Amino acid sequence: MNAFTQWFADRAPGLDVAYKKHMTEYYAPKNFNVMYYFGSLALLVLVNQIVTGIFLTMFYTPTAAGAFDSVQYIMRDVQWGWLVRYMHVTGASMFFIVIYLHMFRGLMYGSYKKPRELVWLLGMLIFLALMAEAFMGYVLPWGNMSFWGAKVIITLFSAVPVIGEQLVHWIMGTLSVPGDPTLNRFFALHVVALPLVLLLLVVLHLGALHEVGSNNPDGVDVKHGPKGNRWNPNAPVDGIPFHPYYTLKDLVGVGVFLVVCAIIIFFEPTVGGFFIEHDNSIPANDLVTPATIKPVWYFSPFYAILRMIPSKGFGVLAMLASIVVLFLVPWLDRGKVKSVRYRGLAYKIALTLFTIVFLLLCAIGADLTQGWIMGLFGASSATAVSAELVFGRTLVVLYFAFFIFLWAYTFFGWEKTKPVPERVTTHA
Amino acid sequence: MHNQTRRASVRTLAAMLLAFAVTLSAAPAALAAEGGSYPNANINVHDQAALQRGARLYMNYCVGCHSLKYVRYSQLAGGIGLTEKQVMDNLNFTGAKFGEPIVTAMPEADAEKWFGKVPPDLSLEVSAKGADWVSAYLKSFYLDPATNSGWNNTVFPNVAMPFPLWQLQGEQEAVMNPPENGQPATVRELKLAHPGSLTPAQYDEAVRDLTTFLAYVSAPDELVRSHIGAWVVLYLVLFTLFALVLKKEYWKDVH
Repeated sequence: MNAFTQWFADRAPGLDVAYKKHMTEYYAPKNFNVMYYFGSLALLVLVNQIVTGIFLTMFYTPTAAGAFDSVQYIMRDVQWGWLVRYMHVTGASMFFIVIYLHMFRGLMYGSYKKPRELVWLLGMLIFLALMAEAFMGYVLPWGNMSFWGAKVIITLFSAVPVIGEQLVHWIMGTLSVPGDPTLNRFFALHVVALPLVLLLLVVLHLGALHEVGSNNPDGVDVKHGPKGNRWNPNAPVDGIPFHPYYTLKDLVGVGVFLVVCAIIIFFEPTVGGFFIEHDNSIPANDLVTPATIKPVWYFSPFYAILRMIPSKGFGVLAMLASIVVLFLVPWLDRGKVKSVRYRGLAYKIALTLFTIVFLLLCAIGADLTQGWIMGLFGASSATAVSAELVFGRTLVVLYFAFFIFLWAYTFFGWEKTKPVPERVTTHA
Repeated sequence: MHNQTRRASVRTLAAMLLAFAVTLSAAPAALAAEGGSYPNANINVHDQAALQRGARLYMNYCVGCHSLKYVRYSQLAGGIGLTEKQVMDNLNFTGAKFGEPIVTAMPEADAEKWFGKVPPDLSLEVSAKGADWVSAYLKSFYLDPATNSGWNNTVFPNVAMPFPLWQLQGEQEAVMNPPENGQPATVRELKLAHPGSLTPAQYDEAVRDLTTFLAYVSAPDELVRSHIGAWVVLYLVLFTLFALVLKKEYWKDVH
């Protein structure tokens, strides 16, 4: 230790302890596969959103009269403003891609099971905060889709019994359509409140994880397995120090991820109207409604559930349930075997089906399926609408059926698992 | 054994990425579903000659009513490859300064009185509607005595704007389908009744130039982006390769 670090160590002894606990002496299983890149990538995107967001805040005007113009000012007059905004917008969509894959990894390898229930719950809270953060950020450019999207989503709260209407006014801050008060509060929440909440939750998520240790593709608990590796006789034999092993491995993941992001940012930043919607190039206008009002693609699976149910009250309830049920996964799944590698065949089929259902719901919410049905079967537009309803409602049932199956399959002991090995079987 | 499971997870990821790609590739279908599909406008914003011809058309026929308020004359010069003098002499008819935005000289109140609504700013028209739409719209005006302006449009029915390019394209007339069970008659096709100063092929070129110009105006960053994008990607690929070599070196002793 040189004099400089020694000076710090004498005055803040906790720093070195924390560094060791979370980096050089955090022993992660050595068999992480490609699904284990997305946690660190989510952290990278979070940092990107904060840094680019700070620069955008310097030039953005949070008023109904000035917001749209200020975004064009950033795109055209501010040096490299277009790059910073595209990084922020692409980052928002990539955040959800990375988070969805991260959550899928949890379902694949049972990362939510004992003793990691709290890690999963904190992760789900991050997902909720992220959805609120993304929604409010999406409203800020004050394009016509921002405006009507805000109107539609805030109005969902009118489904709350008794106080619904007052609640909508309270959130919107205006009487009928979003206006300056809405934009101002969304700006405050988007740039100050929710980022603080997100950062706190991320710290807790990582803290809870490092307390119990990471799961792995075999679902073997290395912490309670044989001891003794090259670095420490009491550390798990199949564990390797997070730094430098996984920091360097994650750096490779970061490289690949950034290549994908750069291709989007520099060559197709709107991603065909998915990352930046065409209707948002029209300024907010309370007299002109877009032909179809739909949220950005990353909300579309949940929006599809809302749209497929005819009654507003039940639709909102089902949409809410589709997110709440994810919180309950650690208690719905009673199976002791974690990894999909050693679970029963029915679980593998169910998880595959669930993934397909999720992607198809995404397509319905993004308003793609009617076109597909018309293209594939040559159906008329009226037939496509009713066919989509039947198809979509089946998907909604299948979405919830996955969780009921997960509980029944494990609760009644129907699952025939394979023997789980004593130690991890793979390495990178 | 471990190779097999590893391959399985790579396969899972590949399948998911593929599914995502399929979802994205349906984007044009989604657009088409929104407002019908239009022939490809076939534009290239890197074609500077087309941009310059398009800018001239815009300044001669459009800017009288439609501003480009997010674009400054100075930015225009840089983007389409003209000098300050060329822009100020040939493209600026309002007496605006070089650093000022391209606004129209028409007072809004008069515009509202004449057309029923203020003609919209077109800075973001291609971003909002797509180049194919703009190109199809400019080719789809026809004479219709039933409207206030005497013009109608198959792409934008009952549009308030009279056709400003009629001297170039000439006057199209609509060939109608016979009315069906009480429904109003629909347009089957448009035919050129009185030719304009341009041949149909020349007019198509002019529309392509104008659409190219509007596409550039919608996203001027595209000209810069594509130039540096390739270098950024190349740098990141090299970075990733170095990171991979470093990782492999460190991981040598993990068995």
